[in-house]
Amino acid sequence: MSEFIRGDGRKYDELRPIKIEAGVLERADGSAYLEVGGNKILVAVYGPRESYIRRLLEPNTGVIRCRYNMAPFSVDDRKRPGPDRRSSEISKITADALRPALMLENYPRSMVDVFIEVIEAEGGTRCAGITAASVALVDAGIPMKDIVVGCAAGKVDDRVVLDLSEKEDKEGQADVPIAMMPRTGEITLLQSDGDLSEEEFQQALALAVEGCKKVSKIQKDALKRKYATG
Amino acid sequence: MIIFKPLRGVKMIYVENKDLVIPGEVLADDDFYSGRGAFKENGKICSSLMGLVSLRNKKLRVIPLKSKYVPKKGDVVIGKVKDVRFSIWDMDINSPYSGILPAFEVFGREKKELNRVFDVGDVLFLRVVEVDEVKKAKLGLKGRGMGKFRGGIIVDIAPTKVPRLIGKKGSMINMIKDKTQCKIVVGQNGLVWVKGDEDMEQLTKDIIHTIEKEAHTSGLTNKIKERLLLEIDGVLPEEEPEEEPVQDDYVELEKPKLQDFKEELEAEEKKEQEAKFMEKMEEFKNKNSDKSISLDDKPKNSLILK
Amino acid sequence: MKITPEITRESITNLVENDKREDGRGLNDYRDISIETNVISKAEGSARVKLGGTQVIVGIKSTLSSPFPDTPDLGVLMTNCEMLPMADPTFEPGPPSENSIELARVVDRGIRESELVDLEKLCIEEGKHVWMLFIDLHIIDNCGNLFDAAELAVMAALQSTKLPVATVVDDEVVLSEDETFDLPINKKVAMCTFVKIGDKMVIDSSLSEESVADARLNVGVTDGGSICAMQKGGQKPLTQAEILECVNRAISKTKELVEFI
Repeated sequence: MSEFIRGDGRKYDELRPIKIEAGVLERADGSAYLEVGGNKILVAVYGPRESYIRRLLEPNTGVIRCRYNMAPFSVDDRKRPGPDRRSSEISKITADALRPALMLENYPRSMVDVFIEVIEAEGGTRCAGITAASVALVDAGIPMKDIVVGCAAGKVDDRVVLDLSEKEDKEGQADVPIAMMPRTGEITLLQSDGDLSEEEFQQALALAVEGCKKVSKIQKDALKRKYATG
Repeated sequence: MIIFKPLRGVKMIYVENKDLVIPGEVLADDDFYSGRGAFKENGKICSSLMGLVSLRNKKLRVIPLKSKYVPKKGDVVIGKVKDVRFSIWDMDINSPYSGILPAFEVFGREKKELNRVFDVGDVLFLRVVEVDEVKKAKLGLKGRGMGKFRGGIIVDIAPTKVPRLIGKKGSMINMIKDKTQCKIVVGQNGLVWVKGDEDMEQLTKDIIHTIEKEAHTSGLTNKIKERLLLEIDGVLPEEEPEEEPVQDDYVELEKPKLQDFKEELEAEEKKEQEAKFMEKMEEFKNKNSDKSISLDDKPKNSLILK
Repeated sequence: MKITPEITRESITNLVENDKREDGRGLNDYRDISIETNVISKAEGSARVKLGGTQVIVGIKSTLSSPFPDTPDLGVLMTNCEMLPMADPTFEPGPPSENSIELARVVDRGIRESELVDLEKLCIEEGKHVWMLFIDLHIIDNCGNLFDAAELAVMAALQSTKLPVATVVDDEVVLSEDETFDLPINKKVAMCTFVKIGDKMVIDSSLSEESVADARLNVGVTDGGSICAMQKGGQKPLTQAEILECVNRAISKTKELVEFI
């Protein structure tokens, strides 16, 4: 692939600057803060805890519930508080993306709550939310097979690039957010939005997988940094 | 018949004892066994938790840094009464699973008004009698020192840090009790009851939280000892260069038998009760000196909070 | 619902009785306060406040609007609060609770009644175009005394707020791309919240202190020393003497608080 430079100075396979911190809240059982580009995401995890919502409980395992929410001041034009169709969908696919990694068999009839708060949005919040949520789940002591990580690739100016910024997302032709379990390479979230040929999709998927691997390393560093013995 | 043991190559292990690991991290190849906090997948032993590696006899475990309490039969726990119902008390045992204390565990067959005995907000020391298939815990008070706490404070720590707070053979907790003169009862569910002088209660709480925070660091017992000496006696400890190395590392500690730690408390209370009883008996005898009533005729108080 | 153990109630009440607190503070001491401003670049003003373990984020967004008919020459302020379920295991997702609305309204009263924002300067064209400011409070970690933390955060966020210069050209409002002006603010306000434990009034309550408190009193005071907002909360009454004592203490304590902004 050619060595062109993107609008914000990045190479095609370059992530925006990213920073993750584990254990940032007092009350939550686990928490994480993530910045990638202009995104600022805060995640809190509660549980496994007793739940009174009977219909959500399962007799043999614990269940996960996610709530993705955007702060009114996180976007250019103030967003009305509360859930809308977009955030409901993201909440659902985030729970689906995280669930394959969870090992909650020892916690039947319990509930793990994941609250994802977008403090500021600049493109790619769903992947950033999943990445931060995984770190918060580990921080809460939830047993997991792997630490799920999210990253997107997409098509801008007919070129496949990694980790679209807000501007690229708006002007681009396609966006492919994925999440995966890095140890096995299994994909737990995949969406595609826009126009891609089969070849372009293959490129985008491969690029997003590479991006996930890079982000995964930053997740792990954040956790070990927080709890390493001094 | 001759059994050929398969030839083994180099046993591959990627971590050392006490290493900090995170979920999904590969710990070793197939030659090892997975214990708690670890699982086997595609011929590899992986961690399922964030915690410290414990390797013993080729068995790999991960001791979690944080984890919620799941009730187990035989555990001793501290619980709060959250509701009083027809024939049970609903207990909050600091867990995703609530507990129930059935009235018959307390009264036997006698009928009594439950809220006269334990009411909402009371804190009890309990034993897990049984856990059903959905992890709901049936609780009881049979056992020494079980019952309601009077006075004192409740300190909340991660249940996984309980062994560290106890220390090897009670080394840590006994040291704190000695220096602060506080009574301390530890529940396996991470709740700790402390009673003593007001300031000492607060100091003990601080120290317990320090132990929780630094449970996975080495040299903690000495550090706590220094703090206790400094805060209580106002002196730094004299150098004891031949101090035996502290062995109670976080990953080495076995689950302690916690009921031992309430024995002295309960012995004390028993003495008090006996003294009161004897006093009453004296009164009784004096009043009824002309009648001869045997002790057995006195109605038995079936509810004795030991 | 969280049940407070009876022995916790006793121990906290006994400590307060002896002028002591669980964390070693005096009855008139605040926890550590830290304030960061301009934490959200997409907002016109923002702040993040930590008060002990309590954390609040405030973002201020502006929009052009028409004025209310009875105040054609004044800009508009709107305060909204989200007690996020991430902040406390007992906070539920969903529309703002009564507590959340009360918090927003009490904080708003401190800002509005002190008239610290010069709303006349937010008028672009009388009767037609004014600035409308949305003050959105995000509670992210509840370790007690949300009121004072929220008031500090709103005050700090207002002070950091910059709006684009607006002009009217042919009946149309034109916003400058690069020219901004600071939100016109002519004073500072801070809030002191007291809770009643036993028969003492305790400032800046921790979460466990709140759980055993009988009553609450919020006192908002300007840097000039006048009282601009008050609210009594909680299940039990307060005596007149207690209220007067709190007002007196709040007036001197808010002088320290406004220094942080």
